[in-house]
Amino acid sequence: MYVAVKGGERAIDNAHAWLAEERRGDVNVSELTLPQIREQMTLAVHRVMAEGSLYDPDLAALAIKQSRGDLIEAIFLIRAYRTTLPRIGYSDPVDTGKMTCDRRISATFKDAPGGQVLGPTFDYTHRLLDFKLAADGEVPTANHAIPQTADMPRITDFLNKDDLIQTEVPSDETPPDMTREPMEYPANRALRLQTLTRGDEGFVLGMAYSTQRGYGRNHPFVGELRIGTISVEMEIAELGFSIEIGEITLTECETVNQFTGSKSEPPQFTRGYGLVFGQLERKAISMALVDRALRWQELGEDNLGAPAQDEEFVLSHSDNIQATGFLEHIKLPHYVDFQSELELVRKLRCEAQAAAHKEAAE
Amino acid sequence: MSDYNFAYLDEQTKRMIRRAILKGVAIPGYQVPFASREMPMPYGWGTGGVQVTAACLTPDDTLKVIDQGADDTTNAVSIRKFFENTADVAVTGQTSEASIIQTRHRIPEHPLTEDQILVYQVPIPEPLRFLEPRETETRKMHALEEYGLMHVKLYEDIARHGHIATAYAYPVKVEDRYVMDPSPIPKFDNPKLESPAIQLFGAGREQRIYAVPPFTKVVSLDFEDHPFEPARAEHECDLCGADHTYLDEVIIDDNGGRMFVCSDTDYCETRQSAGHRGKFSPKENAA
Repeated sequence: MYVAVKGGERAIDNAHAWLAEERRGDVNVSELTLPQIREQMTLAVHRVMAEGSLYDPDLAALAIKQSRGDLIEAIFLIRAYRTTLPRIGYSDPVDTGKMTCDRRISATFKDAPGGQVLGPTFDYTHRLLDFKLAADGEVPTANHAIPQTADMPRITDFLNKDDLIQTEVPSDETPPDMTREPMEYPANRALRLQTLTRGDEGFVLGMAYSTQRGYGRNHPFVGELRIGTISVEMEIAELGFSIEIGEITLTECETVNQFTGSKSEPPQFTRGYGLVFGQLERKAISMALVDRALRWQELGEDNLGAPAQDEEFVLSHSDNIQATGFLEHIKLPHYVDFQSELELVRKLRCEAQAAAHKEAAE
Repeated sequence: MSDYNFAYLDEQTKRMIRRAILKGVAIPGYQVPFASREMPMPYGWGTGGVQVTAACLTPDDTLKVIDQGADDTTNAVSIRKFFENTADVAVTGQTSEASIIQTRHRIPEHPLTEDQILVYQVPIPEPLRFLEPRETETRKMHALEEYGLMHVKLYEDIARHGHIATAYAYPVKVEDRYVMDPSPIPKFDNPKLESPAIQLFGAGREQRIYAVPPFTKVVSLDFEDHPFEPARAEHECDLCGADHTYLDEVIIDDNGGRMFVCSDTDYCETRQSAGHRGKFSPKENAA
């Protein structure tokens, strides 16, 4: 005897209790603390802040703990929290030229004012498992140099002086805010960059990689990659001037792309731009490549039909919270729709079989 | 949950959503873009419907939430609980008692009234999406009332299968103007789209709201020689004996034995308590 399923509520409560238990894991192993996650899983924290669009390392660490290390789930927690925050105002634009750099490299020049600063990078590490780390994570202190105090000029500014790279026209226009306005196409560059910086790292990487492999090739060089901290200032109306409200870590990438010129533009180098919260070079470089690919129209390039050139395609599929939600919603019951399909298929089959029967008889 | 505003969303956001709803009501069937917010449940799980409901709810409302016609499916339970926690409103399973009904995939069997709002959760609001993936194109097609592509698709179905091969999310034309996706309700429910209740459609991920105001003309697309037919399983409900409701097919044993029951659980229970019986109803105790 079938009884209509009741008790969904109890099932949900039990599932959540079990989940909490699984999250904690073996209770004989000491519990992770938020400072541990923040300090030792820093790059995960950075990714959660970047794609969660909220700069708060402690909250990101909490989200990672709560989500059992599922970063997309952690990003989701941060986004859902973020929307509930009142929007007090907007900061002044940050000047990344004033960044205190931990890392600053250029692939286009052997050396440049400010120098090549490798910083704390995985580059050139040999990817050999360090079994010593399994037993003992203590490290000797790294050498210290005297910090550079001078501003680090942007590499692309040198090219700009010779008119060899396309000049970006400064604009005081208020950029659109994708979290406050519905997305509309065509989007302008500011809106595209907003979408990309919070886009899924894997998706943006894949799109960027596709341009390197020939789907909308635009031959990028890393003109400059810089990682460092910068203070954020905000103008307080009551005071009438800007005050510093905090300090954030940013990764910025400017690519220099070959450009042979078009009907409207002379041959010169062009730029792609990436800027993300935290130390996320893979994401910043990917973002710069995709940004450049999406600029084909303004530069008078041909539409090659490459996925990375397709603004609507790239922007509407880059958000992993939207993507994962819609993908996973197919776990929800669909039996009403399935039933209507079932009836239709039965009807079509019945008619097809009758027709085949009739044909055989004739 | 006192940290959050009534019904979770802040008043500014609700105002923005209400403006979109009013615009939708003013232009029946037109998809109004709105700045959908991230909600604490995943996109695709009813965030659009939840935002519309949140914007419509008042403390005096009585809320009903259904998924697949049932009040006790997990996601319906989850959404109902969300509003119980964040808005502290009365909830009900009875269609006639509710002032706002949020639904996924069904329209209740019990006729709705002028005092009710039906809120649909919509996954893909664009009826032309699977014919033309680009939003820039489909918006143009709606603006120019260029629906030839849809008719060609329906015609090709008939040419190939003898029938229009769309069983749910069957496209409709609203007030002789906009072609609209009624959300993935079975086409059995399409005739109920002409209703005294206000019908609001929310698509969170796709950032669209649209509406069918009370007593608006809603026509399911068809051809003169292939008129629209609402379809249901040709059975009676095995619990309440109804022969006019939408039925779920339930597999009951390893040999492919089946039973059919109303997908609208409230409607079925109401009929059973009124004494209606089906094939599998428990035998009455001889008094």
